[in-house]
Amino acid sequence: MRLKAEGLAARRGEDLLFSDISFDLGGGDALILTGHNGSGKSTLLRVVAGLLPAEAGRVTWSGPGESSRASEACHYLGHRNAMKPEMTVSENLSFWKTFLGDTARGRGVSIAEATELVGLGGIAHLPFGYLSAGQQRRMAFAKLLVAYRPVWILDEPMAALDARAEETFTDLIQRHLQAGGLLLAATHQPLGLDNAQELRMKGFSAFPQDALQ
Amino acid sequence: MMTLLVRDLKLSVRAGGGALIGVLFFMTVVAVIPFGVGPDLNLLSRIGPAIVWIGALLSALLGLDRLFQTEREDGSLDLILMQEHPLVLTVLVKCLAHWIANCLPLVIASPLLGLFMNMSEVAIGAVALTLLVGSPALTFIGAVGAAVAVALPRGGLLVSILVLPLAIPVLIFGVSASYAAVEDPAPFMPPFLILSAITLFFAVLGPLGAALALRNGGD
Repeated sequence: MRLKAEGLAARRGEDLLFSDISFDLGGGDALILTGHNGSGKSTLLRVVAGLLPAEAGRVTWSGPGESSRASEACHYLGHRNAMKPEMTVSENLSFWKTFLGDTARGRGVSIAEATELVGLGGIAHLPFGYLSAGQQRRMAFAKLLVAYRPVWILDEPMAALDARAEETFTDLIQRHLQAGGLLLAATHQPLGLDNAQELRMKGFSAFPQDALQ
Repeated sequence: MMTLLVRDLKLSVRAGGGALIGVLFFMTVVAVIPFGVGPDLNLLSRIGPAIVWIGALLSALLGLDRLFQTEREDGSLDLILMQEHPLVLTVLVKCLAHWIANCLPLVIASPLLGLFMNMSEVAIGAVALTLLVGSPALTFIGAVGAAVAVALPRGGLLVSILVLPLAIPVLIFGVSASYAAVEDPAPFMPPFLILSAITLFFAVLGPLGAALALRNGGD
């Protein structure tokens, strides 16, 4: 299992936001994107997830007997939670569980188990819109658990979370990595992962970005 | 795909879904016509099929802009775009759900409104039948407009204007088939079959165009 990016560049408006970014991640690897606001972290994540066209370069995913479209192997958790406020949490989660399905390499956990893992067991019957911002974020995270994807792409996963929830998240991410998963995250807080690589984004600049440290 | 259909239907009947807004608008438009035109029963029955069709067309356009916009606003669209299911199929299913929730009620309400317009039984039946066959085309055409305007915050009216020229043939053949059913010399089948053909044609082309627009509308 490898997620490979070669010479990625992306444009925002007229200007090149970043160029010539390459990385190569295998099972268990984590890549953390840091940098000031507007430096292109989210853009890079969206390019890798296949949601924005790359100006140059390409992203490839290779796994045993799987397609090479990277986006199908990825979970994407953006700023928005992708849950419907009108539906209950369990309706939301069961929709995504069925709609996303599992890939060949693993299986998602049940909905009850997923809500238990993010520390919110027992409130899955409530409409998603009734939950607080932090609870909503946690339930959005539970979405990553109900359907299996080897690559997790997280954009500011810790926004609106309290310290205990951060711990829970770090724990879940560790478990995902130990099971051979990959992680690509943009964040300002340290995620508390050992052996994570860091990519520092600098935003609009004439110079090529730093390679992996 | 069934789950997507069920979810969209659920959403459309819950708070803010707006499934009933279309029917209410349809009833309002058609119900005020007799007051405006006056109590000339012959005139009303003559313009009846056209008025019911125009009312249904406008009501069908009403909720279209929300087809993809709600998905985009909460981020679901990103996840939908990333999946391996063909996007065309996903769009088709969303159109079907939208049609069942928004257009089918119009078809069901049309006989009642036909009575308002003093239409004969045959004319009422013909209008309901042509609406049943023609309204899916409106949804499929509208999906393209909705996909193009997905990133615009107030795209509602724009979608209607984009879509209206393409919806005119549907209106023409729908109304002419309805008239053909009551007026003797004109045959019913040719315009009805053309209407069916338009629906089938846009059932293929609409989701294709919408999928293309969604793929390239990323921001």
